[in-house]
Amino acid sequence: MNGVHDMGGMHGMGPIKADKSEPVFHAPWEGRAYGVTRAMGGWRLWNLDATRFQRELIAPVEYFRMSYYERWITGLVELMLKNNLVTRAEIETGRPDEGAAVRTPAFTADKVPGFISKGVPARRDVPATASFRVGQRVRARNINPVGHTRLPRYARGKVGTVDRDHGVFVFPDTNALFLGEKPQHVYSVRFEARELWGEQARPRDTVYIDLWDDYLAPA
Amino acid sequence: MTTSRRDLLTAALTAAGAVAVPDLTNAQHSDHDHDHGHDHDHQAVPSDPALRVKALESLLVAKGLVDRAAVDALIDTYEHKIGPRNGARVVARAWSDPDYKRRLLTGADAALAELGYGGLQGEHMVVVENTAEVHNLVVCTLCSCYPWPVLGLPPVWYKSAPYRSRSVIDPRGVLREFGLEIGENVEVRVWDSTAELRYLVLPERPAGSESLDEEALAALVTRDAMIGVAKIASPAQGGPA
Repeated sequence: MNGVHDMGGMHGMGPIKADKSEPVFHAPWEGRAYGVTRAMGGWRLWNLDATRFQRELIAPVEYFRMSYYERWITGLVELMLKNNLVTRAEIETGRPDEGAAVRTPAFTADKVPGFISKGVPARRDVPATASFRVGQRVRARNINPVGHTRLPRYARGKVGTVDRDHGVFVFPDTNALFLGEKPQHVYSVRFEARELWGEQARPRDTVYIDLWDDYLAPA
Repeated sequence: MTTSRRDLLTAALTAAGAVAVPDLTNAQHSDHDHDHGHDHDHQAVPSDPALRVKALESLLVAKGLVDRAAVDALIDTYEHKIGPRNGARVVARAWSDPDYKRRLLTGADAALAELGYGGLQGEHMVVVENTAEVHNLVVCTLCSCYPWPVLGLPPVWYKSAPYRSRSVIDPRGVLREFGLEIGENVEVRVWDSTAELRYLVLPERPAGSESLDEEALAALVTRDAMIGVAKIASPAQGGPA
């Protein structure tokens, strides 16, 4: 979707406020928000792409007003509601509905080290035809899906060169909507900064963007 | 297939339209007066994210959906165990061992695993080298993708709109904000982390560090240099060693 999350190339966002001695979490609630979101992922009722899409669906004015972990919590609540893990009334009251089932947590503390060290690989060991080869000129397709996509607006329609083939990965556009993983090649595509931004860019500068097979056409 | 895709998408977007993004402006006024029974949309959503998260966690624990000890363990991991010191060790090893550096640049996953690093949000890693000809800068314009196993959780500025929006269109301006001027003869190469590859910058080894051992070298390496918004200061110039 052409949402405000797709920020590459936008102006007017102000200066970068780097804090030299920033804590990992700025307040205890940020850590709790992080941990609860991760722990709920342990039910495996949604996936990373669906999680990202859910945050992208936050209305623009709210997206900008919220801090990072507020977006996480907002997305989490919506995913839990969609999956009937909680009710709207429970979110509002903070208490389980009368007679609500009590489950046994899927993601327990003993599973944390293994989960973190293994992660959630998105590469798939399945055969998939690579439509493009390293060194080939490609054009990012001009698509504007209303669903989730990882093809940023600033690259659409632009011509670059395949720099490397990363192998076969889950395709976010379908995976986010639970329409299948549709595994396909992902390439690192080198774009000249001037192809993306015109003459204001420096002639030597480049932007490398990781793009799925379905995002590309021969140039 | 087309129909089912459309239906699912419609369902997703309908749900999105119904998202009860809490109206915090209202909630801030109604939070403590408990006079909200008439206004279903705005009631009982604590204005303060701290209160909201606390209530949410309590609910999920009460429903048996979340193990509080798992949340504690996740927080402890990123507060105390996984952070930029991991990446600094990798950089120091690469500076000290040319064979390791070659393995790191050609097959980062295996090379990082040699030092025990990998996993969540770093399942598929790429390491890019800064040289006299190329300066690398890492961003995620679409969200906040970042190599957690080697750098920990990203700082706020990395996740912020100013950095995400400008890094690709004006990387030299962004670097200047961090106090870094890159020469016109150098290629500034920006890596937009749009897929599940995660990028770590291997900074240039500073002058004056020739005699340092790996541990001392690691102490010179900063998180910002491994994102690409800084260079490593020479130890003589007051680096952290």
